[in-house]
Order: sequence, then structure tokens, then C-alpha cells
Amino acid sequence: MPEPTAMPQESAADGWEPKIVAFFCNWCTYLAADLAGTSRMKYAPNARVIRVMCSGRVDPQFVMEAFANGADGVLVGGCHFGDCHYQSGNHKALRRFRLLQRVLVGMGIEEERIRLEWISAAEADKLRDVMNDMVAGLKVLGPLHLEVPAEGLPDERREGLPEVAELQEVTA
Amino acid sequence: MNPTVRSGNGQPKIGVYVCHCGTNIAGTVDVEAVRSYAEGLPGVTVARAYKYMCSDPGQELIKEDIRANGLERVVVASCSPSLHEATFRRAVAEGGLNPYFFQMVNIREQDSWVHTDTAEATRKAEDLVRAAVHRVRFHKALERQRVPVNPAVMVVGGGIAGIHAALTMANAGKHVYLVEREPSIGGHMAQFDKTFPTLDCAACILTPKMTEVRSNPNITLWTMAEVDRVDGYVGSYTVTVRHKPRFIVEDACVGCLECIEACVYKVGKTPDVFNLGMSMRKPVYIPFPQAVPPLVVIDQDACIEFKSGRCKKTCVEACADRNAIDFTQTETFDTVEVGAVILATGFKTFDPARTPAYGYGVYPNVYTSMELERLVNSSGPTEGHVTLRDGRTPETVGIVHCVGSRDVNTNEYCSRVCCMYSLKLAHLVKEKTGAEIYNFYIDIRAAGKGMEEFYNRVAGEGVHFIRGKVADVYPEGGNTGRVVLQAEDTLLGRVRKIPVDMVVLATGLEPQADAEDVRRTFNITCAGGGFFMERHPKLAPVSTFTDGIFLAGACQGPKDIPDTVAQAGAAAAEALVLVDHGYVEMEPNTAYVVAEECSGCKTCIPLCPYTAISRVDGKAQINPVLCKGCGTCVAACPSGSIRQNLFEDEEIYEEILGVLAHA
Repeated sequence: MPEPTAMPQESAADGWEPKIVAFFCNWCTYLAADLAGTSRMKYAPNARVIRVMCSGRVDPQFVMEAFANGADGVLVGGCHFGDCHYQSGNHKALRRFRLLQRVLVGMGIEEERIRLEWISAAEADKLRDVMNDMVAGLKVLGPLHLEVPAEGLPDERREGLPEVAELQEVTA
Repeated sequence: MNPTVRSGNGQPKIGVYVCHCGTNIAGTVDVEAVRSYAEGLPGVTVARAYKYMCSDPGQELIKEDIRANGLERVVVASCSPSLHEATFRRAVAEGGLNPYFFQMVNIREQDSWVHTDTAEATRKAEDLVRAAVHRVRFHKALERQRVPVNPAVMVVGGGIAGIHAALTMANAGKHVYLVEREPSIGGHMAQFDKTFPTLDCAACILTPKMTEVRSNPNITLWTMAEVDRVDGYVGSYTVTVRHKPRFIVEDACVGCLECIEACVYKVGKTPDVFNLGMSMRKPVYIPFPQAVPPLVVIDQDACIEFKSGRCKKTCVEACADRNAIDFTQTETFDTVEVGAVILATGFKTFDPARTPAYGYGVYPNVYTSMELERLVNSSGPTEGHVTLRDGRTPETVGIVHCVGSRDVNTNEYCSRVCCMYSLKLAHLVKEKTGAEIYNFYIDIRAAGKGMEEFYNRVAGEGVHFIRGKVADVYPEGGNTGRVVLQAEDTLLGRVRKIPVDMVVLATGLEPQADAEDVRRTFNITCAGGGFFMERHPKLAPVSTFTDGIFLAGACQGPKDIPDTVAQAGAAAAEALVLVDHGYVEMEPNTAYVVAEECSGCKTCIPLCPYTAISRVDGKAQINPVLCKGCGTCVAACPSGSIRQNLFEDEEIYEEILGVLAHA
């Protein structure tokens, strides 16, 4: 189990390095990352890749969970349109991504912290560039200070918010 | 290095194995640090480092720990799972565990090879190992599903690659559907005169194989046909083929060619594609004399009957009671089931209009190498006489190498065949005309059996070699019809201007114009230059990332005839391994519904690209045979009642927590 998330106050000047959680699809972007390796390209070591079969498998909650547990950025990589191994999983990923990005911005997470990229199995150079670019961008933004701790909202913050039952009524 | 085995404290006992991969990993990652870090992780009862985990002794370590120390989960940190996941799963199974109680960590392709800082790379490896240790605790025992393989195979493309692959499989007793979009099989090789370096006649070695295709009872040959749609998966592909109308009843035509003679057109008016437009053909024609099938074709765009409907139809009269001509034919479709597909869709030659400095299309005596192939061919437009467009026989010929190859403005790669075919053409033209021949080259690449010897032979025949890239082609003064080739001779260190009667552009090889469409139809990948991408450049050169789809010939990258035939044989062998085995085992990563939690909201149903989800008794139900395991429905299920084997939510959450948990 993870240690409780401390509030880091570092910045790039103190040698702080952003943490990126990356979700790569098995058929395009994960292979691009493998190709970058066999081609011995060099890129920033900040991302930790989690392999999924399709970018369509990336549940928005995975992204939330990553931010809640200390990620400074989340990268989702899938196949270009028309190339999806499962026909259209990438379209579904995009649909969720747009909505998710708006929700995250509403929570105070800058939109640059979450990125969706289409990287084909042959585009190792693009993978390298995206990795480096994202790290550079996050270094400008600095660490993510998420107001919501990992264990959820404390009770006093819930004051004034509608009860869960009310919410369900609204959306029903 | 040889830790004692501890108890699992009530958790599954996990073994972690960190691979040095020689210095591939250990050169950048502090393997011992990762090992000792892994040893301290909860649940890890044994952590070892070994030089090569994929070796027999490496795998034996895993098996022995399972047997002797009662390991219940295994994590191997080494290369990409695409390389050795299967190896280690097998080792885990041989040790006596379910093979899916295993998780692989990629610390080579995605760590040691892409980073330079040891501290950073080691930390990344530790994070990834921790994530895998977190994850593997939640792994479940899974079974692979066996799916029968249809023994028939489809070959797409009827050039020498497709012909050789089709014959190999047909001779092994498999049924082969050979699909070719042109009216005849033969491909580019049928257009060549001689082949380097042995100078044997292309038609003499190709034609017997073409007729063998036609006579082999195991081959269904479909010309003027293209693959329209592919459904299914390895072992069970459903391929829809579109047949373009030939306007000839194939079974009725005997190839007598009397209709061509009888056509109301006394001379041809349509540029003959086979001769690259250097001769004309009639609306009813045979692609070339040795065409297989030896049937005529009617060109809808040229035939008067199609234009006005008022042709005298002398061709029909000539065909008489054979009744082989049918103007009413339309496109038809066939759907066949095959277990595997070999793509042998070939290449196209570079269009020299993209390099205007060489004057192609501007000066009539600038030719492409393919045009010269037809000119030197005795069945070509000039019956083998090298005659210029103005009727003269050239006395000087300049061959410009690397047109559309090794050039950042066009294609960066070397097309591999141009040096050698240029030498061949130089030899043939010299033999036929006695002309002075100048090769303008960057490097002569004569790799391969007999190639350097051939280069020496042609050089010995008095063909000139000038090391320099042609910068400009311009007309000579006066009305000589000659052009001047200007290049810097980099060996002499000065500019040379050589007037020649004929310029030959040694055009490179490019992917077919519709390679992108073919790629999408078959769900495979293109590499940088646009050629189809093989699964592994060294160890799986004819496989693709889509199981059951194989590659042969120049669709995978430029190559000569010997390499193409070798690759076609390899692709056929790989396909035979698949279909002869009789069944494939599917990765058990399918989605399933926890029925008690399903609210029957139907969110998932339209998301599934394979219509694997249906609603039965108010609950979603997933057909595991149709599910391909993308997990899109899993991510979308509002109640979390759809789960995915191998990619369970808790497994992925544990990975997320794991990578981020570093103190």
C-alpha cells in the first residue's frame, strides 16, 4: 500500500522531477516505446508505463487514481484513428478523455497534466519527443498540489455539498 | 546474491527475478540494487538476479523456486513482454504453477536502453518491479481457450513472392486462394528481361512457376480481384474478395486471341501498361504473351461498346459459339474462410517526376530503368532493340543511380536493387548496342552472392563508373537530341559534363500506393518508410503483430528476387506451422460480466466492435469466443460489473499505486 502522499513543495530548480504515469496500448504506443529502445533513442526517465490492451481500456478513474496518488502528469497513448487493433477503441478513449480533461480542470488540475497521444508502432521518435515535451511542460508547471487527498474528501469539506442521494436524484 | 527464502506472511509467496541481459540491462541499471530492493517488498519471499533469465539455467531458477520453495507468484524484470512473456509463462507452468501467476517487467526496451543515468534508470526499474509485485498478488489462474484453425490459406499478390508462397503451401497439400488485382500473375518480374547477377532470363524461370500455379489443383487463382474486407482472427479469418469484371467468361475463353485480331480497332489506341505506355493496345487485349491465366480482358474505358453501345462487336462474332464475351458482367464478391494470410503485395517504382532536375517527362530520351527493361526485352515494344523515342540507337548512355533512394528529399533508405540492376542494364545495353555507358553512383552496393563478381565483370567490359550524384540534366546545344549530365566526380574532385543520347534513371522501390489501405484492411503496421512492419526485424521477419498475417517480398521492404523467394518460402513455412498445428490458443484476456452487479443499462452493448455483448434476462452477457479483449466495455461500465481477465481493475489500480509508491 502506498505511503500517505506528502505535500511536496519542491520545484524544478531544487532538482524536483515530475512523476508521470503512462497508459500505453499494447499494439501501437507500447510497441513504439519498445522500438525506441531497440533504436537506442534517449528520453527523459520520468514516466512509468502501464500496459493495457487498448487505450479504450483506460478508465477515467485510473487517471484520477494516478493524480490522487502523486502523479504530476498522466499520459495515455493509443493508435492513430483507423489503426486501432480493436477498430475504434481509440475513439472511445478520446470521447472519455475530453470529458475527463474538463472535469480535471474543474478540480484545479491543469489540462497540460493529462495528455492523450496517438503514437503508432513505428513512431519511436514521436514517443521520445512526447515524453521529453511532457516532462519539460510539467517542470514549468511544477508539482501537482492536489487539494483532495488520496483518502477522499474530509467530512468538513462535504458541508454545503449535496448528499449522494440528492445527486442521484438529479442525474436520474 | 543467494538470498534465503522467507515466508509470505499470509500473502502469496512472490519470487522476483531481475535479468542482467549481459550488459544490456546491467550496463545502465544497477541490477543488484533492484534485486535487493525487490527483496524488501511485501510478499516477496525470494529475489534473485541472473545474467540471462531467458536461458535454460535462468528459467530453471524459477522452476526450482516454485518446486522447492513453494512460490505462488513470479515476477521477471527483463526485456519487453513481446519478446519473452511466452518463455517465462511456460517456465512458470513447467514449475507447476498456472502460467498467469506471472507478471513481466520491461526494464530493457523501456528503461536501460532509453536512459543514460544509472540512478534514474535504477529507480525506474525499482518502481516498475514494485508495481508488478503489487499487481501479481491479484492474478488469477486462467485457462487458454483453444480455437480450431482453418487449414486454407490466402496469398494476396501474385508476383514472384506470392507465386512461390502459394506453390509451397499448395505442394504441402493446403488449399490456397491466390488473389491478384491485375489480369495476370507475374508481377514486376514478368516485365524484366534478364535477372542479375546470373543473367538468366526472367521469363524462362518465372513462366513455369506461373503455369504451375494454374495447374495446381490446390490453388484457386483469382485475378482482377482485390481483398475488400477481413473479419475474424488468427485461424479463422473471413475474407471478402471483390472480383472486377473482365467481361470475359473465364471458363469459356480458350485464349485463342481471335477477338483481339477481330476488334474494330485496327490498331491499339490505349497505352499498354505492361510496356509502360511505350506501345499501344486494343480495347480487348492480353496483358502479355505468357499471361496466366491466358485470357483476354476488355478495357471498359476504351471499348466502343461501353462508350456508345453501338459497336459492331466483331469480337463477339470472332468468338462465335465459344460465347466467352459478356459485356454485362459486373463486380462480384466471394467470401472465404482461411486460417492464415500471406501478404505479398510488392512495391511500386519511384515516380521520377518528383525529382524534376533529371528531366524525366521533359526530355524524350530520359527513361526510367523499368522502361529500359521493356526496351531490352525481346517481347517488349521494340522487340528488344534499344531504340530511342526519336528512332536512333544510342551511342552513349548515362545511368543515374539512387533516383528516389538515399536522398533526404525523397526516400532516405537504399532500395537495395538499383546498383545491381543498373549494372545488368549497362551490360545488356552494351551487348546490344556497343554504346559507351556511364554510371553515376554514390556507392556501388554489391552485397550478396555473386554480386561483387558481377560488378567486376561489368566494369571489365568497359562500362564507366563516375562517383558523383547528377546535379543537372540539360539539353546539349544544337539539335543533337542529346542531353548533358552534370555531376561532380568526387574521386577526381572536379565537375564533369557528359553529353549522352540516353539517360536512364535507376528509380528506387517504394511501398504500393495503397499500402496504407491494405495495412488497415489486415490490421497490421507500417514501418517508417511505409513498408509493412515485421514482428521482429531479426527473429520474426515474416510475421506481423497480427497473428496469422505473414509478409513476403518487397511489401516488407526493398529486396531482390533471391531474397524475395527465400522470404516467401519462410512465410509459407510459418503459415504451414500455424495451419498444420490444427488449433491456436487464445490469450485469455476476455471480458466477463459479474451478473449480480449488472444493472442491465446496456451502456456496453454499442461499444463492442465485435457485437460480443448481448442482453439476456435483463443482464449483459459476453460471448468469450467473440470477445477480443480490448477492455473498452470494462472501462465504460458504470457499475463496474464488467471485468477483464489479465487486466482486472484491481490489478491496474495496484500497478498505479505501485509505480507511485516510492518514498
